[in-house]
Amino acid sequence: MCQWINESILMKIIVLMKQVANKDAILRIDKEATWIEEGDLSFEVNESDGYALEESLRLKEKRGGEVVVCSMGPQRVKSVIKDALARGADRAIHVVGDELAHIGPYKAAKILADAIRDEQPDLVMTGLQSDDYGFAQTGVILAELLGLPHATIVIEVDAAGEQFRVKRELESGWYQWYTMPLPALLTIQSGISQIRYATLKGIMAAKKKEIREVTPAAEHLAAAGASQHIEKIYFPLKTKQTQFLGDGDAKAGAAQLAEKLHTEARVF
Amino acid sequence: MSNEILVFAEHRDGAFNKTSFEAMAAAQELGAALGQSVTAVVLGADATLAQELAAYKVEKVISAENEKLAEYTPDAYTDAMEHVVRALDPQYVILPHTYLVRDFAPKLAARFGKSVVSDCIRAKVSDGRVTFARRIFLGKIDADVTTNGEAPVFASFQSGAYRGDQAARGGASAAVESLAVEVGEVRMKPEPPFQEVKQAVDLSKADVIIAIGRGIKSQENIALAEKLAEALGGDIAASRPICDAGWLPIDRQIGSSGQTVAPKLYVALGISGAIQHLVGMKNATTIVAVNKDPEAPIFDIADYGIVGDLFEVIPVLTEAVKKLKG
Ligand SMILES: Cc1cc2nc3c(=O)[nH]c(=O)nc-3n(C[C@H](O)[C@H](O)[C@H](O)COP(=O)(O)OP(=O)(O)OC[C@H]3O[C@@H](n4cnc5c(N)ncnc54)[C@H](O)[C@@H]3O)c2cc1C
Ligand SMILES: Nc1ncnc2c1ncn2[C@@H]1O[C@H](COP(=O)(O)O)[C@@H](O)[C@H]1O
Repeated sequence: MCQWINESILMKIIVLMKQVANKDAILRIDKEATWIEEGDLSFEVNESDGYALEESLRLKEKRGGEVVVCSMGPQRVKSVIKDALARGADRAIHVVGDELAHIGPYKAAKILADAIRDEQPDLVMTGLQSDDYGFAQTGVILAELLGLPHATIVIEVDAAGEQFRVKRELESGWYQWYTMPLPALLTIQSGISQIRYATLKGIMAAKKKEIREVTPAAEHLAAAGASQHIEKIYFPLKTKQTQFLGDGDAKAGAAQLAEKLHTEARVF
Repeated sequence: MSNEILVFAEHRDGAFNKTSFEAMAAAQELGAALGQSVTAVVLGADATLAQELAAYKVEKVISAENEKLAEYTPDAYTDAMEHVVRALDPQYVILPHTYLVRDFAPKLAARFGKSVVSDCIRAKVSDGRVTFARRIFLGKIDADVTTNGEAPVFASFQSGAYRGDQAARGGASAAVESLAVEVGEVRMKPEPPFQEVKQAVDLSKADVIIAIGRGIKSQENIALAEKLAEALGGDIAASRPICDAGWLPIDRQIGSSGQTVAPKLYVALGISGAIQHLVGMKNATTIVAVNKDPEAPIFDIADYGIVGDLFEVIPVLTEAVKKLKG
């Protein structure tokens, strides 16, 4: 098990960032119906991972230390890495492999654990959930594999006092503070802080920063027993009869809607 | 290996979370289709809660006890549940997909070298094999998922996937068995849960809500929606990303981590319809959705839909409403 490594207040933070399909992309189902067509898709960083990076950078600015980005997937994920470096991360680890975007969260966590274990971070931050698969598990499993305590859905980090505290979001407007020892792993909720833009200076500086490529151990990849497997994907069946208005003409639809709300739904 | 399904019931402040009974309904349905019995487990010694569970149609109720379970922590709950799962050796472990379950269930599954089939919306059984359905891409696509069948299979169900009031009650009360469980070191220390100071706006009483999502594109554009709200005599609300960006205060947020509302009219402008948003507004009487993506999941709960650009829709709608109101 990891020990509290840095006696000084310097913090080494590892942020896990995943690349996912652009939120505005029109999704099409592929021929095998097991995933979406990725050929002409544009990609972006997973939403909550962007906030995990921002929070890491802010912590580093307060405490001093280092932010290391780690992303797993094909070469295309380099764009997520470069963007993170431009925003202020110090260096990066890229776990390379085409198939690595499509493994379950247990296998993903195993491979990520191998990739970051020797770094002996004080803190690991992940997003709370990926916007494509939506497992909401990789961070928590990773914490277990690294022997770290964890907290999920974190919306505030207090590293100013003697003890490290995090505020967790509970359901329907409730919150709770936890005190925990470091090293630890946090899964970050969107909105924890306002995300900065990359500056031109940052983009130039990023060109000189290290991106270390690693490949996963063959035994992890080969390991059978992926605990879950997609048989097929499809668009959800619509269960409600929606009256579609305007037939593609938004303005005509708007005029009809006003009538319907007035005479049919009688909301005014 | 025993021939049973274990269902986890979540509670706080002496009451069960209502999704616990939804998970119970899911477990019972699976049990009936697979010919397996259902056992419920509740953590932390609370005789009243255990008795409440025993009234349901279950084989038995396990009351897992250890003083470290008095308040929730992922370390204690994982250790306790690992102990229970190893003792019972069930085929399936069914949980509600709540924030609390999200916090410990992946850690629990990892102890068995696997992950959770998380946030399922359905489960079908054929030839003794279970196919789970889960929503991916924030609700835009469904995926049928199978496991390699190795017990225990961990699966969590989305809130609303099953009806809690359809969880079957038993004839006689089921047996409650106490099980003293081992819990190791608990590394995190929780403080009491709290709500932020009283919210400035209470949208739960609003009759008309105009809600904006990321489709609104910029903070300046919110003025457009405000004009529509004014014409309809309604309040402005938003999806999470709008509040995350600081364009509107958090007390305008609708959804699982915001307010829950049930107005007469809910107009969703440029909101995709992720489940965490839907749970906060699906009980509105009339739902209108404007979205340029015809596949946006919000349309699945809308009474009226316009597929198109909200920037074309809003001004026309605002003027037409004003005219009709006279
Ligand atoms: C634990 C947890 C808690 C959460 N809590 C909440 C919560 O309380 N509330 C909440 O809302 N979310 C919550 N979320 C986030 C939720 O999962 C979604 O990410 C969020 O609701 C998406 O917001 P959106 O629909 O505005 O954005 P998007 O999903 O990006 O959708 C934008 C939509 O706008 C449409 N659009 C774009 N341009 C136009 C245009 N010109 N005209 C018309 N349409 C257009 C697009 O087609 C798209 O459908 C939570 C998530 C998690 C994991
Ligand atoms: N391929 C990956 N590369 C880097 N981080 C990842 C990857 N997959 C998952 N993660 C991290 O784990 C979080 C949760 O993902 P998931 O368990 O898929 O919902 C994400 O928000 C990321 O921070």
